[in-house]
Amino acid sequence: MTTTTSFIGKISDTGMLSANVKKIISDFTRWVVVPAIGVLVFMLLWSAAAQNIDTSLGKFPGPAAVWEQFGTLYDEHVTERQKAADFYERQEQRNAERVAKDPGYEPKIRAYTGKETFLDQIVTSLITVMSGFLLAVAIAVPLGIAVGLSKTLNAAVNPIVQIFKPVSPLAWLPLVTMVVSALYVSPDPMVAKSFLNSMITVTLCCLWPMVINTSVGVASIDSDLVNVSKVLRLPALTHVRKIVLPASIPMIFTGMRLSLGVAWMVLIAAEMLAQNPGLGKFVWDEFQNGSSDSLARIMAAVLVIGFIGFLLDRGMLQIQRFVSWDKSSADR
Amino acid sequence: MNPFLDISHIDMVFPTPKGEFTALKDVDLKIQKGEFVSLIGHSGCGKSTVLNVVAGLYQASTGGVVLNGKEVNEPGPERAVVFQNHSLLPWLTAYENVELAVNQVFGKSKSKAEKKAWIEHNLELVHMDHAMHKRPDEISGGMKQRVGIARALAMQPEVLLMDEPFGALDALTRAHMQDSLMEIQAELNNTVIMITHDVDEAVLLSDRIVMMTNGPAATVGEILEVNLERPRDRLTLAEDPEYTHLRSEVLKFLYEKQRKVEPISRKAKNKDKKNTEAA
Repeated sequence: MTTTTSFIGKISDTGMLSANVKKIISDFTRWVVVPAIGVLVFMLLWSAAAQNIDTSLGKFPGPAAVWEQFGTLYDEHVTERQKAADFYERQEQRNAERVAKDPGYEPKIRAYTGKETFLDQIVTSLITVMSGFLLAVAIAVPLGIAVGLSKTLNAAVNPIVQIFKPVSPLAWLPLVTMVVSALYVSPDPMVAKSFLNSMITVTLCCLWPMVINTSVGVASIDSDLVNVSKVLRLPALTHVRKIVLPASIPMIFTGMRLSLGVAWMVLIAAEMLAQNPGLGKFVWDEFQNGSSDSLARIMAAVLVIGFIGFLLDRGMLQIQRFVSWDKSSADR
Repeated sequence: MNPFLDISHIDMVFPTPKGEFTALKDVDLKIQKGEFVSLIGHSGCGKSTVLNVVAGLYQASTGGVVLNGKEVNEPGPERAVVFQNHSLLPWLTAYENVELAVNQVFGKSKSKAEKKAWIEHNLELVHMDHAMHKRPDEISGGMKQRVGIARALAMQPEVLLMDEPFGALDALTRAHMQDSLMEIQAELNNTVIMITHDVDEAVLLSDRIVMMTNGPAATVGEILEVNLERPRDRLTLAEDPEYTHLRSEVLKFLYEKQRKVEPISRKAKNKDKKNTEAA
């Protein structure tokens, strides 16, 4: 009898164990093996196709050529930084010598004017997209809340939002450029005009989806919660802070993620079009440059743009998970 | 002597695309301090509308409500509402939900420590002190409703309005909640208006049962005094002839005098109507 029970025990134990192992294997297959195969197949197709495309700038770059360019781009960055460091060292030395000869001499410090490297352009683009995005948040969230709370305001703002929402922000670019150069006149500008142009373009494209999502989120708050607030006679500001804002956080974040994704795409295009510093300019410069490496370098930029876009979305998702009370809304 | 709460000849007319809809017609009800009154009637008869008018969430078309000598014309914490589906703020813990109400009502009159003690006292009253730092999605439906009651009690209301407070709960939890409510009521002796469509609940808890006629133009049909001795115990009452008699009176009113003669398919529609009305 005892032997039978222990035998059965063993069977169910191994059954559990093998079920566990099965789960691990199937998870591993789903999350590691299958995606890896997908990437591999893509790489193979890409290299096979690249072999057969002849352009005026040589063969279309395959994965290997692009990989090589990543290394080159990084080396160029290091070299450029070294040059800059050397430049400042020489300048300091010269100034020190001048001061030693003539104590009344005021040393002039000149900035290094080398060309921006690929890494510099990435940083510029990231700063631009984040600034434009944050400016849009600062405008759109309060506006969206106001529009969501007031039917009258909604009726007033809705036609404007509906008209401007489908406009490509690139159509705004010439107008923005002209307005910025007309209004932003300062002998010692804090930020470059080109930066402002790109940033405002980003803001314009982020604004509409955020206003719409925020106002929909605010307007669709459970009426019971609004009644609770009424019974408690919460003052307007407390009502917004304690009820409206937390209740609409999931929708606000949906709007933010939508706009950040679009903003990143639009920014690259705007930089190409307006020759404003950033990844878009890098791509355009390489295209105009037309060396045999150009296509591989552009392809490297394309991959980086995609990867950063992915990271931006993941980042927003993490922030949403952290901020929002409704953990399930972040998975949608 | 003037009644504590005077619901005086209320008419409620809603404008609809098809013309005006008279939900309530001449609802007149006087309630004394410390009285527990149930409103019972078929769904869609406008019980919730009465409650919402007393709460100040709706304005009566004609007539009005006077509470303790003051006319009611807006919602306020002295008429705390326990909503049917708890309506706790899902991003706050049980404690924080009650705290929001306490800060609003006693913001200046109580010190920080007093407020904390008061919040905890009210959560203890509904037996939720063990889970007061849990969020609504971490506790059961019955527990959520307890927190909702604690929030309403913490406002120290002059009258407590309960809109089918246990309607969404299963039968066992509901019985448990009714016992808790009787316990609390024995201690605090609040003035309560409760909407229900559960006959046993009405007889068990109330001092008076107000039975409403069917809408449109619903009004008070009959009022039944419940003079059963307190504390009441559901088991002993089950065999009490007085209890059985009262119970059958309510049933007679609902199923003989105010019988709803409607085909089944229209029932669903009616339910929808009720939901939109409650919303």
